[in-house]
Amino acid sequence: MAKEKIAPVDEIKQKFGYIEVDEAMTVTVPRDKLLEFMQALKDEFALDYLTNETAVDYPEENKFQVVYNINSIEKGYSLMVKTDVDRDNPELPSVFPIWGGANWQEREIYDLLGIAFTGHPNLKRILLDDQFEGHPLRKDFQWEGGRE
Amino acid sequence: MLRTQEYFLNFGPQHPSTHGVFQIILTLDGERIVKGEPVCGYLHRGIEKLAEARTYTQVIPYTDRMDYLAAMLQNLGYVQAVEKLMGIEVPERAEYLRVISGELSRIASHLIGIGVNALDIGAFTGFLLCFREREKIMDLLEELTGSRMTLSYARIGGVADDAPEGWLDRLKKLMDEMPGYIEEYQGLITGNEIFQARTKFIGILSPETAINYSLSGPTLRGSGVNYDLRKARPYGVYDRFDFEVPLGENGDCFDRFLCRMLEMEQSVRIIQQAVEQIKEVDGPVIGKVPKVLKPPKGEVYHEIESSKGIIGYYVVSDGSNKPYRVHVRRPSFINLGYLDEMVRGYLLADVVAILSSIDIVLGEVDC
Amino acid sequence: MLENLFVGIAQWLRALLGGVGVPVEINEAIVMLVKLVAILVFILINALWLVYMERKVAAYMQARIGPNRVGPKGLLQTTADIGKLISKEIIIPKKADIAVFLISPVLIFVPTLMVFAVIPFGKNMAAIDMNIGVFYLLAIASLSTMIFWMGGWASNSKYSLIGAMRVVAQMVSYELPLVLGLLGVIMIVGSMNMSDIIAAQEHTWFIFTQPVAFLIYFAAAVAETNRCPFDLVEGESEIIAGPYTEYGGMAFAMYFLAEYANIMVICAMATIMFFGGWHAPFGLTFIPSWVWFFLKMYALIFIVMQLRWTYPRIRVDQLMGFSWKVLVPLALANIFITGIGMKIYQAMGW
Repeated sequence: MAKEKIAPVDEIKQKFGYIEVDEAMTVTVPRDKLLEFMQALKDEFALDYLTNETAVDYPEENKFQVVYNINSIEKGYSLMVKTDVDRDNPELPSVFPIWGGANWQEREIYDLLGIAFTGHPNLKRILLDDQFEGHPLRKDFQWEGGRE
Repeated sequence: MLRTQEYFLNFGPQHPSTHGVFQIILTLDGERIVKGEPVCGYLHRGIEKLAEARTYTQVIPYTDRMDYLAAMLQNLGYVQAVEKLMGIEVPERAEYLRVISGELSRIASHLIGIGVNALDIGAFTGFLLCFREREKIMDLLEELTGSRMTLSYARIGGVADDAPEGWLDRLKKLMDEMPGYIEEYQGLITGNEIFQARTKFIGILSPETAINYSLSGPTLRGSGVNYDLRKARPYGVYDRFDFEVPLGENGDCFDRFLCRMLEMEQSVRIIQQAVEQIKEVDGPVIGKVPKVLKPPKGEVYHEIESSKGIIGYYVVSDGSNKPYRVHVRRPSFINLGYLDEMVRGYLLADVVAILSSIDIVLGEVDC
Repeated sequence: MLENLFVGIAQWLRALLGGVGVPVEINEAIVMLVKLVAILVFILINALWLVYMERKVAAYMQARIGPNRVGPKGLLQTTADIGKLISKEIIIPKKADIAVFLISPVLIFVPTLMVFAVIPFGKNMAAIDMNIGVFYLLAIASLSTMIFWMGGWASNSKYSLIGAMRVVAQMVSYELPLVLGLLGVIMIVGSMNMSDIIAAQEHTWFIFTQPVAFLIYFAAAVAETNRCPFDLVEGESEIIAGPYTEYGGMAFAMYFLAEYANIMVICAMATIMFFGGWHAPFGLTFIPSWVWFFLKMYALIFIVMQLRWTYPRIRVDQLMGFSWKVLVPLALANIFITGIGMKIYQAMGW
């Protein structure tokens, strides 16, 4: 399998001291620095294409982890950025002003995991019914008819 | 007093040209669109949630049910993600079979894409002619995988089975005929004056907007952005083939349509090369994979170029035999996100043209 | 013998009734009634078979087989379809204007049937030989706009309403080039009587002297019958079925059959005006005149069907533009040139 091209993480790390980088070259950014960091990625590192945005529920650690996969069309590399959100207060600034592609993806995360994105223009349920209660992709979601 | 009034029109969920159960709440001024609010989710089955209660292998059939028109590409994205997570080596023959079946799926999907585009504009014959060739591809895929649409052919570590005897020859024969068929569609649909009048300069997407809104596939390339993962970041054995990435100029409906048409030609080229190269490759079609798959703790994001755009799989493992979380970046879903702005100011008939030029599959949009 | 088959039948009937002592006035009235009923039955049956023909033509163009189960070669398919449609319930939408909703599918056949009364199907074979035949035909045929609008409006559905709006816009726009296109022929003949027009084409069909007029007429006529590529009235991928969206069962079938009856009208009209009506080409007069008329008419119907299965649908603004910016100026120019040409011929003493 061909080698993955990964963004110049070391360079990014030098510039932004507050980020953490793990061995898979995944960047973790604190919640309050998210917007500033993302804007810099787009402007300075040509990461102009938000390909994927999703979130995972980790009830043991009492957190949601929001994952951003950002590509650069021009340079061809990609980067995975993560940020942790408190499970009791699931709020996060929306990256919609930076990448319009976050529009529906954030609505989907809100719908299925219940993370509220502040600054999103139209944060409504998208896949589920408007009257639906609960957020199914949370691990503590109770449902009937499942396998376990 | 005489005055005009805007009104709502429920475009769907039961409508002949929403490609399934999809709704657009249109605000109209006469026949002109003031606003169009897409509403999806009528086909939501919770595949991501279901995957959490299945073993890694059991997830594969669920991926079929997303973009059922190009099922092989959906399978491929998932199994490659898991292989990446576990570090499994795939035998070379399996890689070639994946490319062949994947590209066949892409041609079949594009045939529906262009056929439905023609149908929505009103050319019913173009639609059925596309189905004629799709049927031949379906027959080949059925021989190879045992199923026409929901293939489930890819396995973690390889593919389900080797090609039956003589299959590659039959495939080669069809691929030799295919350019002739494509010529026929070009004459019937692309070259048609009315079709061009209906699609040219309609639903224009600038390259900047297309990138900003994370659009992918022919919808992005129709705007002239050269971004095809098979070329930009080759996965599998795609770096061994010689092919081009067709690009549009204006980013209108016609360019998106033409991109699909030309992409089929390139897919045919890839298959022809793969059929030649696979002859020299012998051996098993599935690698050494443990009976019970327990990937190490960790996560992976892998994306490939599907027929509709970039399909990405984000898989998190907690060390057990079931995935902790599977998320799918569905191209149709994200491509639809810009629909509201795209249809504004056009006529009712253009909504149909624009929607079908994005080429969505509702199974994938709603997941 | 065959040539005068229908004329002979009429004479025989007249003689028969006269023989049993029926007064002349009642005798004539009965014969007229028989003529009209014959035409009525003929049109209804023909519309049925045209649906079958359409499906077969479409199938062959699309590499399919088409209906082939009911009756030999599927010939009874549409009969079975109508049987099914009759047995279906006609669903009336809530808040629909019930009276108008139900009466419009009944009325839709009226203009078409009235038009057929003046069409000469063969030598001496017009039910009524009217001296303003062309004028009557155009006037009556345009009535159907009203009925489409009634159906669309009464359905209380937005799709129906959009469809009905499109009907009115389209029919009004295309009425003009249709009439102007025919004017060239009428100028040359100097009569609006259809039999006269046909008689004037004994040597040269008007398709050769008025080719532009034919193209204008044909384009406008296809638009008048809401056929592809001008079928945006019922453009199924946009507005489901336009004015017929809410109709089901036989009410829908009436609209459906009326469409085919209208195709017959425009093709019959084109045959009369441009293709010499019942005149036999190449001196093949041993084939009866009415057979020639139908052959020409069906050939034109076949072309209309081919258009439908080849072309996509044009958009509403392009439709209007095509009528007002292309067809109408072209028709006016044609009239102008025809007038000049006639004067020149007259000056040359022709």
